[in-house]
Amino acid sequence: MTVLQTLVDAVALGLLYALVAMGIGLVFGVMRLVNFAHGELLTAGAYALLLTNDMPLAVGLAACFGAVVALALAMEVVYRPLRTTTPTTMLVTTFAVSFLLQAVALLAFGARGRNVGVLSELNRAVSIGDLRVRWVTLVSIGVGALLLTATALVLARTDVGLQMRAAAMDATTAQLLGVRASTVIRFAFLLAAVVAAAATVLLTVQRPLVTPSYGFQLVIPALVGVVVGGLDRLVSATLGGFAIGFATAVLGDVLPADGRVFLDTALFLLVILVLLVRPGGLFGRTRAAWERV
Amino acid sequence: MKDAAPEARRRPGESLRAGGVSRSFEGVHALDGVTLELHRHEVVGLIGPNGAGKTTLVNIVTGFDFPDEGDVELAGEEITSWPPHRRARNGLARTYQHGRLFGGLSVRENVEVAALGVGAGPREARRRADELLGLLGLDAREHASAAVLPHGEARKLGVARALATRPRFVLMDEPAAGLSEAEVPGFAEVVRTVRDEHEAGVLLIDHNVGLVLDVCDRVQVLDEGRTLAEGTPTEIRRNIDVTAAYLGGAHA
Repeated sequence: MTVLQTLVDAVALGLLYALVAMGIGLVFGVMRLVNFAHGELLTAGAYALLLTNDMPLAVGLAACFGAVVALALAMEVVYRPLRTTTPTTMLVTTFAVSFLLQAVALLAFGARGRNVGVLSELNRAVSIGDLRVRWVTLVSIGVGALLLTATALVLARTDVGLQMRAAAMDATTAQLLGVRASTVIRFAFLLAAVVAAAATVLLTVQRPLVTPSYGFQLVIPALVGVVVGGLDRLVSATLGGFAIGFATAVLGDVLPADGRVFLDTALFLLVILVLLVRPGGLFGRTRAAWERV
Repeated sequence: MKDAAPEARRRPGESLRAGGVSRSFEGVHALDGVTLELHRHEVVGLIGPNGAGKTTLVNIVTGFDFPDEGDVELAGEEITSWPPHRRARNGLARTYQHGRLFGGLSVRENVEVAALGVGAGPREARRRADELLGLLGLDAREHASAAVLPHGEARKLGVARALATRPRFVLMDEPAAGLSEAEVPGFAEVVRTVRDEHEAGVLLIDHNVGLVLDVCDRVQVLDEGRTLAEGTPTEIRRNIDVTAAYLGGAHA
């Protein structure tokens, strides 16, 4: 296992986590809401792929994106009354929505995992010089970089992106100028959903076993990444997601085989150290996210 | 414009009116039965010493505060309980003493986002930004971050942003603070342009009495929550009591 090999894998996983983290950051930016149920978007996408396993690829992808977007827009409606409440109420509510959706998945599909077979041929490896890289790694890097760039362009160049940035900086003033909170928030959920759906497709290629807690297990480290990076800016939240994915992949490679069970332990130890040194996040400003006015 | 009688330029319903407004804070009368009327195509000055109730009145007119008594009407419609953003979309804009600019956005983006907020399309938003940045002399700074603007330019950007909503009425809270003495005549010209070309009514609150008397069609003087005097700049200039009250406050 060469260093380069580890780096390629780590970048690929980092980008997928960055996509998930960016989705969380987009919604937080315009609504000050940490959506714990973001993972259930991935779960919904994964089950949509599962149900369309035997159908043409295009149908599967359409079902995945459709399911994720529909669920995200439904979440936006459910969260609407939360806009005027405290951060604590928001947090607990999104937790409740997350568990509710997991319970629904459990009732509908059972606790036993089932395998998604979509695009499984991407697991074949290709040789580049001394490297043996799976296609999905290359596709993840390509798609991840593309989506991050595209989202950055949407925020920088479009009208709704400009309004999102203004609302994220100062929601009150944006609203006073007439910017409609609903439009901006709905668009944030939509963007987060599209990105989450793309991440779901790539993740199910590498981790095909879908269970009711599929997304939840992925979102917890992504959320940790968001906090480590710094919740108050989209860029730092996304970088934090990338860092967690990257660290996970690197630790998975460098830890001895019988030490893999300690991967999460090592990861969270790193997180604690980072937050002790920089409570505002690795890439954020030093003040804590909640204190942002 | 000067030759047309003010009444001729006023159309029925084209006015912003706060009638008999009172507001107390913990027993202190910040405003006590003040009536303020602003028509389109006119500039009204609101002056008075610190604590006279100017900002309270502006807050009530723009929906940041609500009167204990009295009401606010916009074009004949009662809007006393409307939230600020609803008033903004109905043609009432303001600037803020503390700017409230989006520091992370560029100068141009600050103007464009305000146009988009009230429903302008992207091309229209860019057009308004071009025009207003030119009008206020900010075109050379359009790509600078709003956070790095010196005080005077930040005030001008606040005015540009308010105008980007194409308001029928615009309330300017100390827009000339931070302008150099040399910049004041240019700013007076901006206010006249807003009145004559944007056809908006302007309420100008400023400590620069020279500017207010120079540019306003009418001036209203507040003191201790009441209207002390009201009239043309010439009449106000003659009113020695007013001058005394104002200067007394300004030097306190």
